[in-house]
Amino acid sequence: MSETPAIELRKISKNFGPVQANKDIDLVVRKGSIHGIIGENGAGKSTLMSILYGFYQADEGDILVGGTKVSIPDSKAAIGLGIGMVHQHFMLVDNFSVLENVVLGAEDSQLLAGGLSRARTELKRLEEEYELRVDPDALIQDLPVGLQQRVEILKALYRSAGVLILDEPTGVLTPAEADHLFKILEVLKNEGKTVVLITHKLREIMAATDMVSVMRRGEMVATRETANTSMEELAELMVGRSVLLRVDKKPAEPKAPVMEVENLTVTDSRGVQVVKDVSFNVRAGEIVGIAGVSGNGQSELLETLSGIRRATSGTLKINGETIDLGTSTLDAADMRDKNMGHVPEDRHRMGLINSFAEYENSILGYHRDPAYSRGLFLDLGAIRKNAVAEIEKYDIRPPSPMLKTANFSGGNQQKIVLAREIERDPEVLLVGQPTRGVDIGAIEFIHRRLVELRDQGKGILLVSVELDEIRALADRVLVMFDGRIVGERGAGAEEGDLGLLMAGVEDTHRNTIEGGAR
Amino acid sequence: MSAGQLPRWVDLGLIPFLNLAAAFLVSGLVVILIGENPLEAVKILVWGSLGYGEGIGFTLFYATNFIFTGLAVAVAFHAGLFNIGGEGQAYLGGLGVAMACLALDTYVPWYVTLPFAILGSAATGAAWALIPGWLQATRGSHVVITTIMFNFIAASLMGYLLNNMLKERGSMQTETRTFEDGGRLPMLNDLFPSFGFGYSPVNLSLFIAILACFLVWLLIWRTRLGFEIRSFGANATAAVYAGISPVRTIIITMLISGGLAGMMAINEIMGSQHRLLLDFVTGYGFVGIAVALMGRAHPVGIALAAVLFGMLYQGGAELSFEMPSITRDMIIVIQGLVILFAGALEYMFRPAIVRVFTPAQSLQAEEA
Repeated sequence: MSETPAIELRKISKNFGPVQANKDIDLVVRKGSIHGIIGENGAGKSTLMSILYGFYQADEGDILVGGTKVSIPDSKAAIGLGIGMVHQHFMLVDNFSVLENVVLGAEDSQLLAGGLSRARTELKRLEEEYELRVDPDALIQDLPVGLQQRVEILKALYRSAGVLILDEPTGVLTPAEADHLFKILEVLKNEGKTVVLITHKLREIMAATDMVSVMRRGEMVATRETANTSMEELAELMVGRSVLLRVDKKPAEPKAPVMEVENLTVTDSRGVQVVKDVSFNVRAGEIVGIAGVSGNGQSELLETLSGIRRATSGTLKINGETIDLGTSTLDAADMRDKNMGHVPEDRHRMGLINSFAEYENSILGYHRDPAYSRGLFLDLGAIRKNAVAEIEKYDIRPPSPMLKTANFSGGNQQKIVLAREIERDPEVLLVGQPTRGVDIGAIEFIHRRLVELRDQGKGILLVSVELDEIRALADRVLVMFDGRIVGERGAGAEEGDLGLLMAGVEDTHRNTIEGGAR
Repeated sequence: MSAGQLPRWVDLGLIPFLNLAAAFLVSGLVVILIGENPLEAVKILVWGSLGYGEGIGFTLFYATNFIFTGLAVAVAFHAGLFNIGGEGQAYLGGLGVAMACLALDTYVPWYVTLPFAILGSAATGAAWALIPGWLQATRGSHVVITTIMFNFIAASLMGYLLNNMLKERGSMQTETRTFEDGGRLPMLNDLFPSFGFGYSPVNLSLFIAILACFLVWLLIWRTRLGFEIRSFGANATAAVYAGISPVRTIIITMLISGGLAGMMAINEIMGSQHRLLLDFVTGYGFVGIAVALMGRAHPVGIALAAVLFGMLYQGGAELSFEMPSITRDMIIVIQGLVILFAGALEYMFRPAIVRVFTPAQSLQAEEA
C-alpha cells in the first residue's frame, strides 16, 4: 500500500446543467490490482471513467497518474499516460482484419507495410505474454464478440497501456466468455498491469476484483477489499437499502397449454438452420425458462414466435388456432391480435424508439388499437392518459410521458416496454432478457411483476442468458444448444447441471428416462 | 449522440440561424472581394424581396414552389427515405395539371378545374415516385439512386411528350396551347388589390401550399399512418417488431412525397405559366431538399425556409439588376452558400452545440 497508486482521483466533481453526475469523488487504484467500480445505472460510473479517459473535463478536482498531477484534455492524452479503455460498445472496424484494427490510429508512418509488420511481431509478443490468442488476419466481422473484445484489449496493450479501463465488459459476453475474460484480467494483473472494471453485476465483482468501490447517485459511498465484503453488503451499498436477491413465489399451478410449438425449424438469411425441430408448450400459469448461451437459437425462436421472422416449417397452436408457421404470413401485429405480448431481447434496437417521447413508445405496436384512435387519427388524450397510468403503476422515473425515451435509464426504459406489453393483458407473454443492463431495484420489480402475471394464469416464455434469473423465475427450464432443446428440468434445477446442458454435454439424464421407458 | 437530445428551440431556431449567419458572412466576404459594399447588397436584397408589394408577390410565388417540394422531401425524410426526385416528380406533376386544364378549361370555371388539377398533379407525381419506392421496398434499390435517375427519365419523357404529342400543331414552341380562363387560377393581385402585388405571379396556390403544410403536420404527428412513418424512419427494426410493414410504409410514403412534389406544378403551370412548357421546374425540386433540411422537416420550418429561399430568388434578381458587378451567377453562388451551410454543412455547428446543451440524463442513460 505504501507504493504510489497507479491512479488517484481527488475530489472530482462534474455537473451537467443542474445534475451533479459526480460529487467529490476520491478514488485510489493500487498498481497491479483489479479494481472494481460498481453502482446502479446512472450512478456516475461511466462519467467518472470518461473524465479519466479525457472525454469530459472535471469541473473540480485533481487526477494523479503514477503520483504526478496531470490534465487529460482528450483520449490521446490518456493514451499517452498509459491509460487504455475498452468500451462497452466496441470501437472496431468490422471489415478490417485484427491486425489493421490494432494498428488503426497508431500506424507510425504513411506507408502501412512497415507498421503492419512491426505490429505483427508486437502482437505475437503480446499474445504470448498475456495469453491473448487471436488470429491477426481474421476479419472482425467473422469473430465472436468475446474475441472482438480481446482485440480491444490488444489495442490498448499495443499502445502500451499500463492501466486498462473496462466499461461493462461482460454485457455482450456469454458466461463462458466472461469467465475467460476474467482469466485474461488475472494474467494482465500478474504481468503488472492495473485493471479498472466497471460493472453493475455483483457476481463479477466478487469473482474478479481485488478491491471494489461502490458509487451511488454520483457519490463514492464505499471502498472495500473484495475478500472482506459480500454480495449482500455491496448490493445494500449500491441501492442504499437491502434488496431481495431471490424472488418470492409460490409453486406454479399450471393449467391447460396456452401455446404449443411443434417441430419448429428456422433458417437464417445465410441459409443456416438456427432453430432445429423444436417442440414445447407453455401452460397457463407457468413460467417456462429457456436457458442457453446466447447465440444458440433463442433469439430466432422468440422472433419467429412473435411474427418478426419467418420459419421454414413447424406449427404453432395459440388462442385456439393452429398456425402453419412454414407458410404463414402473419406479422407481429397479427400475433399481438392473438393475445401474444412480446418483450424483446434488445430494447434499444427493437423494443423502443429512442427518439420518441415516452407516451409514443407506450403504444408502439398497439397504435392500431381502437382505444387509442379516432378514425385515422391518434387519440393523444387517451394515449397520454394511458401512459401516465402505466408510469404510475410501474414507478417509471422520471414520471414524464413527454420526455424522450433515450433520456430514461436502462431500468426505466425496460419498465416502459414491460408496462406496454403486460398491460394489454396478453394470454402468452414472450420475454427476452428482461433485466439486461437493468439495475437491481428495477430487476426486483420486473421479476415480481412477471410472477404476478403468472399467478393471474398467464403463460410466460422467458429467454435469458442469466442463469440466476432463469433459476429464480422459471417453473420449468428448457435448455437450448445449437438450435435444439437439449434438456428439460424442473424448478429446482442445479446450476451445474444446467451449465453442462448449456455447454452441449449430452443429456444423460433424459436418455436414461427414455431408455427406461422403452 | 443523436439530434434528439437538444432542446427544441436550439434544434429548430438556433442551429438554422447559425447556419444562415455563416452563409451570409461568407457571402458578404464574396461581395467584398468583388468590390461592392455587402451591407448595401443586403439592403437591396431585402428591399427587393420584401420592400414593396410586387417584390413580396414574387417572393411568395417562389416560396409556394419551395413549400411543395420541401414538404415532399420532408415527408420521405420522416420515413428515413431521401427522395431526391422532387425535380422529376414535379415535372410529371405538370403533366397531370395540364391534362386537367386542357380537358376542362373551355367548359368550366377554374374552381371546377382545380380539384382535377390537384388530383392530376398529385397522381402523376406520385406515379413517378411509385417505381423507386416499390424498388426500394421490395428490392432494396436505394431511392437516392433511383429517384435521381428518374429525374433524367422524366426530363426525356416530358421532352418527348411535348415535342411529339402535346405541342400545338404548327407551333415552333415546345409547349401546349395556352389555357383559357377555366384553366387559370386567380392572381392574388386580383383577389386582394390593396396589397399591390402588381404583376407578380403569386396566385391562389399559395393557400393550397399553406393548407398542404397543415395537412402534412396532421399526417405526420396526428395520424396512425404518420406514427408508422415516423416509427419506421426512426428505427426500422422496432417498426417491424411493432407489426408495421416496411414495404407498405415505404411505398405509401413515397407516393405521398411524390404527390406533394407533383403539386408544385399547380402553382407554376395553372397559377402562372398557363401552359405546360419544357423545363418549368428549373431546380425547385432540388432546392426543396435544402428547404426541408433547413426547416428541420417540420411544416412550419419549411414554410419559413421556403420564404427565405423565395427572398433569395427574388431579392437576388433585384440585386443583379441594381449592382451590375454582382451578376446572376453571383446570386447563384449566394444561394449555393445558403444551401451549403443549411444542408450539406448542417452538422458543422451541431457537435459544439450538442456539447453545450447536452442534458445530464442522456449521459446517464448511456451507462445503461
